[in-house]
Amino acid sequence: MSRAEIFNRIRTGLRVGADDSARHAAVQQRLAARAANLVPQRAQLPHDECLNLFIRMAEESAAELIEIQHRSELASAVEHWLGENGITQLVVASDENLQDLAWSAGGTLVREERVAEAGDEASLTNAFCAIAETGTLMLHSGNDSPTTLNFLPDNHLVALSAGSVVGPYEEAWARLRTSTAGEMPRTVNMITGPSRSADIEQKLQMGAHGPRRLAIFLIHEE
Amino acid sequence: MEVRSKEFKKSAHIALHDVNLQRALGNLKAGFPGKRAAAVARLPEFDALRDQARDLKNHILEHLDLYLEEFERNVTANGGTVHWCRTAEDARRTILELCREQDAKTVTKGKSMVTEEIALNEYLEANGVTPVETDLGEYILQLRHDHPSHIVAPAIHLTLDDVATAFHEHHHRPKSNDPAVLMQEAREMLRKQFVAADVGITGANFLVAETGSTIICTNEGNGDLTQTLPKTHIVVSSIEKVVPTLEDMTLFLRLLARSATGQEFTVYNTLSTGPRRPGDRDGPENFHVVLVDNGRSDMVGGELQEMLRCIRCSACMNHCPVYGAVGGHSYGWVYPGPMGSVLTPQMVGIENAGLLPNASTFCGKCEEVCPVRIPLPKLMRHWREREWEKHLTPAAARGGIGVWAFFAKRPALYRLLAWSSNLFLRLVGGKRGRIRKLPLAGGWTDFRDMPVPSGKTFMQQWQEQKR
Repeated sequence: MSRAEIFNRIRTGLRVGADDSARHAAVQQRLAARAANLVPQRAQLPHDECLNLFIRMAEESAAELIEIQHRSELASAVEHWLGENGITQLVVASDENLQDLAWSAGGTLVREERVAEAGDEASLTNAFCAIAETGTLMLHSGNDSPTTLNFLPDNHLVALSAGSVVGPYEEAWARLRTSTAGEMPRTVNMITGPSRSADIEQKLQMGAHGPRRLAIFLIHEE
Repeated sequence: MEVRSKEFKKSAHIALHDVNLQRALGNLKAGFPGKRAAAVARLPEFDALRDQARDLKNHILEHLDLYLEEFERNVTANGGTVHWCRTAEDARRTILELCREQDAKTVTKGKSMVTEEIALNEYLEANGVTPVETDLGEYILQLRHDHPSHIVAPAIHLTLDDVATAFHEHHHRPKSNDPAVLMQEAREMLRKQFVAADVGITGANFLVAETGSTIICTNEGNGDLTQTLPKTHIVVSSIEKVVPTLEDMTLFLRLLARSATGQEFTVYNTLSTGPRRPGDRDGPENFHVVLVDNGRSDMVGGELQEMLRCIRCSACMNHCPVYGAVGGHSYGWVYPGPMGSVLTPQMVGIENAGLLPNASTFCGKCEEVCPVRIPLPKLMRHWREREWEKHLTPAAARGGIGVWAFFAKRPALYRLLAWSSNLFLRLVGGKRGRIRKLPLAGGWTDFRDMPVPSGKTFMQQWQEQKR
């Protein structure tokens, strides 16, 4: 039996038995403490500076940043972005934060609420939070936020509330644990810019298998 | 994969004369080291993070059994299954069985060096399951029946034209030498495969004990499509990748991309925990983690334990003058460069890979850039010693060391010899200051001139400066 053999070999190598209480205590303590390791100064900022850092780092990662004052302007900002890019189809996550948006009546935009399918042009999802340190979005799966929406469509549009931008990753983990009562969702995505590859002669090309473009709609007030 | 490390000298010789390869390797040397240096310069805490990462890895390895138990407990609690595999053969068989349970015809794959290590693709194919590599570099290699020559940039040994030719032959489209067009072609070809696959196999960069999660760090998004669309997600990982908590994983994430490609962060860092939850509308219905030992548990507590700190960033090979000259395939197995020169003898036997720990100038650059401070030259020296003990060192080298030892044990004679050869070389070199040809040193003088010694021997200078 592989399992027992692997554990035997590890314990033989370490010269320990299976029930060494000091070792168990050390492990349990580390697991329970969830202590942060060194957090770079860069990420330890007051909130308004965090926001500026997030914007700078996200743009550096080749994400597009559209700032809007209020969530009521989200639908028109999204429609404007899609129009400028000649996109007529959008799959929207059934996230409560994306309900009752002020979509314009009529027009050519086809909106659907479902999981993504191959060939989808664009999706709109709501970020759980964002990390200023590297301009990173955090999204997670759930019945109102299918993961395929983050990867299959050619264009990924993300609504991000300015209030949910934190400095370091550690704050994002703390928020996640609180929000899901300690249960990990099936998938947690940290996304920093659109898909890319440098596998051909080390020359960076955008749009490998995931979205070619990532547009972040940063909402200053809810 | 067949072990061809014994042919290192021959392969390296061919590689040095391969114009195409030398051009391709030029891309590596011009890219990675500079990008890493720039990323490191932007993070003043980088070296302090490396110290913490080294210490944390040491703590994990000292408690490896317990963290693995915790990881397994939490995978199971979230509805997944952990499979323990002692050998590569165990792992291959386990994965095939999981594919057969799903009646799988095609399997999409994210990039995974462990699946290279266990030669999974060949095995699946031989048993009627078609693996489809979806990472752009790995996809190119699969079309060419080739293997990775680098652990992060697998197709680094190929030029644009190599890729264009491979795509032209397999995609039946007009040949294009535009990288953007080529990537678009791969995107279109693979899109159908992502949707059609029955099983998706990914590797893992880390395993989080606290939550039972696995994480992949990628730039393309292929790994995410691989694990989200099929009914079954199989993660293949080696046992030393476990970390205690999300906070501890974060420490390594801050080092990984910066050390590897010089990015601040990879584009997609994705945590997977169990199968889809009740109410989830996508994601896999089955989640399996195949944990591969393959010789690693034997390294725990021994002289090679420090090698288990490796997080597979590739900084050591990116900065290695030997790797940069001969490329990854010369090393003759899965893991190239300095980390490969330590791991390969462990996994395939020193008798089959003794040349690798010798193929080093011991310049120390690998250790200097390692994010977890693995003393790679020391570990290569460990293998040289094992090789010596087993009488595997070539006769010429043993003889040479014998001759050197004879003189080293007789200091007066040694000094006389040093002084006289110094004089002799200065006479031969003459005014030019360089020596074109030297008996017994053809390996050096065939390719470059030997500089003439500076004048005084070390002992002469020592005596003078002591006063």
